Amino acid sequence: MSRIITVLLLVLTTSLTTGTARTEPLTIYTYDSFVSDWGPGPEVQKRFEVRCGCETEWVAVGDAASLLTRLRLEGAAGNADVVLGLDTNLMTEAVESGVVSEHGLGQMDFDLPITWDDPVFVPFDYGYFAVIYDSEVLAEPPASLADLVSGGSGPDFIIQDPRTSTPGLGLMLWVRTVYGDDAAAAWEDLSSRLLTVTQGWSEAYGLFLEGEAPMVLSYTTSPAYHQMVEETDRYKAAMFPEGHYMQIEVAAIAASTDQPDLARDFLSFIGTPEFQNVIPTTNWMYPAVDPGDALPSVFRELPTPEISLLLEPDAVAVHRSDWIREWQEALSR
Amino acid sequence: MPHPGLELRNLSFDFGPWSLRASLTAEPGHVTAVLGASGAGKSTLLALAAGFERPDAGQVRVHGETVTNLPPARRPVATLFQEHNLFAHLTAFQNVALGLDPGLRLTEDQRRCATAALSRVGLDGKESRLPRALSGGERQRVAIARTLVMRRPVLLLDEPFAALGPSLRRNMLDLVDGFRRDQGMTVVMVTHDPADARRIAESAAFMHDGRILSSGPTAELLDNPRIPELADYLGVPHTP
Amino acid sequence: MMVGHRTRLWPGLAALAASPGLAILAIATLLAASPGMGPAGPGSGFDSYIWRVLGFTLVQAGLSTILSLAFALPLTRALARRPVFPGRSLMVKLFGLPLVLPVIVAVFGITAVWGHNGAISNALEAMGLPGLSPLYGLSGILIAHTFFNMPLGVRLLLPVWDSIPGETWRLAGQLGMNSWQIFRLIEFPRLMAAVPGVAMLIFLLCFSSFTVVLVLGGGPRATTLEVAIWQALRLDFDIDRAVALALLQVSACLIAGILFYRLSRTPISAPTEERQVVRPDAASRFGLLADIVWLTAGFLWVMAPLVAITVSGLAGPVADVLGRANIWAAAGRSAAVGVSAGFLALIIGLMLATTARDLAVRSRRSRLADWLEIAGSQTLIVSPVVLGAGLFLLLFPRVPVFDWALPLAALVNGLVTLPYVLRLVGPVLRRTAEHHDRLCAGIGLSGISRFRIVEWPALRRPAATAMALASALATGDLTAIVLFGLDPDTTLALLLYSALGSYRMDQAAVIALLLVATCLSVFIVIEGLGRAASRIGTS
Repeated sequence: MSRIITVLLLVLTTSLTTGTARTEPLTIYTYDSFVSDWGPGPEVQKRFEVRCGCETEWVAVGDAASLLTRLRLEGAAGNADVVLGLDTNLMTEAVESGVVSEHGLGQMDFDLPITWDDPVFVPFDYGYFAVIYDSEVLAEPPASLADLVSGGSGPDFIIQDPRTSTPGLGLMLWVRTVYGDDAAAAWEDLSSRLLTVTQGWSEAYGLFLEGEAPMVLSYTTSPAYHQMVEETDRYKAAMFPEGHYMQIEVAAIAASTDQPDLARDFLSFIGTPEFQNVIPTTNWMYPAVDPGDALPSVFRELPTPEISLLLEPDAVAVHRSDWIREWQEALSR
Repeated sequence: MPHPGLELRNLSFDFGPWSLRASLTAEPGHVTAVLGASGAGKSTLLALAAGFERPDAGQVRVHGETVTNLPPARRPVATLFQEHNLFAHLTAFQNVALGLDPGLRLTEDQRRCATAALSRVGLDGKESRLPRALSGGERQRVAIARTLVMRRPVLLLDEPFAALGPSLRRNMLDLVDGFRRDQGMTVVMVTHDPADARRIAESAAFMHDGRILSSGPTAELLDNPRIPELADYLGVPHTP
Repeated sequence: MMVGHRTRLWPGLAALAASPGLAILAIATLLAASPGMGPAGPGSGFDSYIWRVLGFTLVQAGLSTILSLAFALPLTRALARRPVFPGRSLMVKLFGLPLVLPVIVAVFGITAVWGHNGAISNALEAMGLPGLSPLYGLSGILIAHTFFNMPLGVRLLLPVWDSIPGETWRLAGQLGMNSWQIFRLIEFPRLMAAVPGVAMLIFLLCFSSFTVVLVLGGGPRATTLEVAIWQALRLDFDIDRAVALALLQVSACLIAGILFYRLSRTPISAPTEERQVVRPDAASRFGLLADIVWLTAGFLWVMAPLVAITVSGLAGPVADVLGRANIWAAAGRSAAVGVSAGFLALIIGLMLATTARDLAVRSRRSRLADWLEIAGSQTLIVSPVVLGAGLFLLLFPRVPVFDWALPLAALVNGLVTLPYVLRLVGPVLRRTAEHHDRLCAGIGLSGISRFRIVEWPALRRPAATAMALASALATGDLTAIVLFGLDPDTTLALLLYSALGSYRMDQAAVIALLLVATCLSVFIVIEGLGRAASRIGTS
């Protein structure tokens, strides 16, 4: 028996420690859908590896807002070299918690709706949040954000959790910018038609496509996918006169990196057409650098919001946790 | 000739490899003792008489009427067990009253009857006691009081006093014997102590391994054991 | 004290350092980090959100308890009333299964039966009826909790009926009681003694339920304290709130635990009846019909998710999923965590039980011995999430907590499964001491050789069973690994959770079945070691 136990212990100690082996490639933390088979990840990986003659390891950590939590939890001991997929709303907090470092690449040129000169973050795409609806189920989508919020027990709506998901966070800030201090009341009104709150965008959109609810929070650019790949106009964005909250997705060098040069190479690669041309038809967002004719015409025909909304990163950093608590409270009522 | 109080005719009952084959006649108004070692089948015999078990063959008759297929509640038979005769959460009075109405909805007459029965077994003033507040002998007295109010002509005793001390046990036997005489009940008692049988039973039967091997007037049966098993049981020399 | 045998305190004290020592350390860490002492000022973590979470936790636990018992009571009565029918013992065994099935797997099975795209919903739609609405929030939680706790209730309540002496049924027959009178006069009083304890236990289990609520709770509206602790730590990294929630959880469980201790009476031992006594009300035709309905409903309720797990697992993309290397690595890590946890629980359990035995049998301090074993079984009060949160805060950021995910998960699970080990090996140790202490003292047998010759032969079977059970439970655990694990393919349970979270049901089906197979293998292998050792010992 004692021999059996010895063998057992040996097996255990080896199997318990081999689970987290270290490797040398450039480790990039990002969100789930970026590295899915149909996302930009595989193509971006191939192109960058050819360019740098190195290997990259892509780690998916749920949706984008969990990226920040993950980096904070891991601290300096983490494996990340690059973090890809935070957005403007999380930039200040990421800098304040010391999980990212300056890229030192100097001024880069982007075609964003706003001017960009951040020393830490490099934008890789942008878009506008929107309610996507299934026009075969829902003939009359909400005409405005107010219509959506005060619609009572209208058709079901799926949203994402602002603590884990940047679209979830975006909607929370969208409601905040439109309703100000009445945001809590707006959420309480809205809560009656929420089918569920998912942790990430992928889950929510998957549920929507399976017909669990006729409306989901996504982007004005999401219908482009259905038009180009599925050749259908069935899924549409509901355009709201109050404006649409904008999202600019960004990447940065992780403070925990032990390969800062390679990480910097990756950030400068983001600004190149090689990276940017992949984005529209894989991430289904507007690229941060206008690729001219390389942008599919569908994207030019998509409706764009008349008013685009965006809070200052500093303002979001100061209030985010209070607003999340307010959101939690309103929804738990 | 009057019918026997209780007649078990050619009863046959199998339980696995063990089997019971027995006939027994208890004279009306008399006490009949069934003696034997534990495992002899005495309690099973009473269970068959009371209807807790159904015989594979044979008949159970009470005062000439066949009751073999009646459920226990519809047989004119009452039973006292060795233990668990009372419901632990009901008072002495309620336990007696169950004999009058199993739903405990009593008329004024029935209440008086239950109180009187408790008084007859010597438990005046203890009506509202719970069984745990009574001694072992008192608990069995409550059970006897219940059989009194049930007014069933046949009383089966399944060693109800076996756990009591010798003097208390004699008192209880005498108490039962007194009621037997007053009410003309037919009593069949199971016991493993020949002294119990000698004290109140006119006739006795000896059971061994599921069979009644010998029966007759108590004194005669016990004084001159004619079969070796009975002699062994009594621990006396075998008188052929 | 008995001559020749010293009471050894050190094994028990060392074990106490692990459990409840670590739990106390965890709570101390939480208290030290509590909002009352933090920079944000007293009570800053206790806002109305927390009270609302507490409210929902209480409501769901209360409703789960009521539903579980409302189902279990008539079903148990039916089982007790029909002591002989084909498949009865199989059914009683079946009702033990939900207790050892990995919670995450059971949740999958329930979704496959009761979900929006589940078997029942599809059947309804095929008949042209509206299907079931999605299984989110309270209704899903209640279904899952009833799946687990109704059978538990049956298993705990059946002995209440078994303890009714045969004489009582005979008396009831002789007095001519009907079914209602039997219930009122015989069953109800006994149930009144037993049900409060059982209800409190089910309430406590539902109050601390984590995995069910994590998967089936839909957003902030259906969150329990346990899940909120995890969210605060892992989603928000809001330590103030995590601490406030954890302290609330511990306090509530402590109150519930004390109530449970006071309400649960020592069960009445069943008298040994050679024969089954037939109840006088068993013959009624209406009663028979009602019993058949209850028994069938209970059977289907437990069986349907189990069948769904098997069928959808085999029908799923088996080759595709099993062809992935990370699946097998995850299965290996699941088993490693499970076996380590089981081994830990066995060692700590044996140490604790040895000192408890010494105290009870040799020093005649059985009260102290009982308290020792209760202290070792504290995990009902300090839930795995609270324990994990405390350890997390203790280690973070000094230690790379996430690199230690597997050992930490094994540690937490070892402590959580300790009560099972104590229950299984404690009585054996006490019995051998009672039987053999005098003899051993007489012939001078002591120390290791005594353990080898006297204790071990009696102990190896129950010890192997205890370790097998603890290991199997830990293999399928999600709670600890979801707290410490970062990558979704760390263990099978985590993989299954992420597949369920992203609604990849076909893959989830295969992973669920593989997880069940892994748990079962772990159990069979370890239990088999006990048997093999038994044979070697006796040859």
